[in-house]
Amino acid sequence: MTPTKAAGMTRRERYETQQRKRSLIIAATSTVVVVACLVIFVPMSPGWEKVQRSFFNGGVLADTFPKLLDAFKVNVMIFAWSAPAIAVLGLLIALARDAKSPALFPLRIFGAAFTDVFRGVPVILTVYLIGFGIPGLGLPRPWNSPYIWGSLALILTYSAYVAEIFRSGIDSVHQSQRSAALSLGLTERQVMRDVVLPQAIRNVVPSQMNMLIALQKDVSLLSFIGPVEIFRQAGVFKSLTANFTPYVGAAIIFLIVTIPATRYADYLMAKQMRDRS
Amino acid sequence: MAKLSLRGVVKKFGANTVCDGIDLDVEEGQMVCLIGASGAGKSTLLRCINLLEAVEDGEIFLDGKDIAEPGLNPQGVRARIGMVFQSFNLFPHMTALENAMLAPRRVHGRSKADLVGEVEDLFKRFGLADRMHNYPDQLSGGQQQRVAIIRALAMRPEVMLFDEITSALDPQLVGEVLDVLLMLKQQGMTMVLATHEMGFARQAADKVCFLKDGKIIEEGPPEALFDAPKREETKAFLGRALK
Repeated sequence: MTPTKAAGMTRRERYETQQRKRSLIIAATSTVVVVACLVIFVPMSPGWEKVQRSFFNGGVLADTFPKLLDAFKVNVMIFAWSAPAIAVLGLLIALARDAKSPALFPLRIFGAAFTDVFRGVPVILTVYLIGFGIPGLGLPRPWNSPYIWGSLALILTYSAYVAEIFRSGIDSVHQSQRSAALSLGLTERQVMRDVVLPQAIRNVVPSQMNMLIALQKDVSLLSFIGPVEIFRQAGVFKSLTANFTPYVGAAIIFLIVTIPATRYADYLMAKQMRDRS
Repeated sequence: MAKLSLRGVVKKFGANTVCDGIDLDVEEGQMVCLIGASGAGKSTLLRCINLLEAVEDGEIFLDGKDIAEPGLNPQGVRARIGMVFQSFNLFPHMTALENAMLAPRRVHGRSKADLVGEVEDLFKRFGLADRMHNYPDQLSGGQQQRVAIIRALAMRPEVMLFDEITSALDPQLVGEVLDVLLMLKQQGMTMVLATHEMGFARQAADKVCFLKDGKIIEEGPPEALFDAPKREETKAFLGRALK
């Protein structure tokens, strides 16, 4: 190496360029090896033929995909009305748990009990108990609809988690912000509304995005109590075609939605880390 | 009658007595500087005056009325006493102007339209007219601290408390903040400062109090306290602080 080459590069830059080249070669080689192993060895397994026919059947996928997409609209619909309700209820529970006035003590107890119960029970159990239990009271149409009670089960469960995230957001606002606001003569309630909450909510946006993604997937649990959403629809097609490919189709549709959303949440999270440092 | 009078103020954190029977009189329009090592109780004393800390014992009179009485609603008192902190504590989600208008709107119930001219005048007076619409993180430390002072002044307080407001600033930004204090003194504002700026205290204060272990050990006019301290502790502290 002559010192005259790579005009304008500092010693450090030359070193880093070299290191980058090295990393690239190692990454490329290891990727090629892993992919080659998958492509060569998996099809060599004795059951591959059968698996390919029943899970990755192009014909079945083409036939069922549009109808799966249709069914996914049901998921989107349930998601669309549950998410805002979860945001509101979650925030109310978080505030109830932080209530300081003695008159609101019952509210605090209720908030604590609520989060304990709904975080402690598997989602599917809550969906069953509420989705079958409440219409079992003999409610008239349309009040016995599993869409209503299934959504309610999701709303209750997710509100418990979302409330805890809001609470951590409230705790993340530095005490000195409260001091400054109080020193100006604001009441506790005004401090919460004008100073703490706006910052708290902004701090937890990335975490709440992850809850939204989880909710989008868990909407499928309502299939167990009736609504024909994408998972249920895929099940119907599985029976009709005697083939599992519709499930793979459903998974693909979920991924089309969740991968960009996850990436976006990661981006927000990384951005927040940068802003804080 | 003094504007602000403290009698036997005691504040404890657990077993730790931070203010140990403090008496202090601040006359209308006076600037009083509290000096002393970190942990001597200066900041805590200021927080007690603003009722951010509940005092264990003693009285704090504002215009002759005891504001340290337990059970008294603190908001009315805090609206009359402004406070500025070492770490600025501006609200990061609001512009400088919004920071300054929040409390008068919420506490005095004044409308934005009614308030904006008056608050803009404050920004002009303190040389920040072109920074009003910036968010705190777009301002330098000195500018942020001046906004924090404006935010407190927008409440039209009768007394201002300053808690080491230049300690977090780069040395070249300290001057612009201290200049604001001199302007306020000229306008007759009653002020209590906790400060490590000995030069400023000597030049501008009407009275200097030296605190040690939660007690005021020595007080007097700046010339007397700085040039002829009577107590050994004061001498030792000044020797370290002025070297």
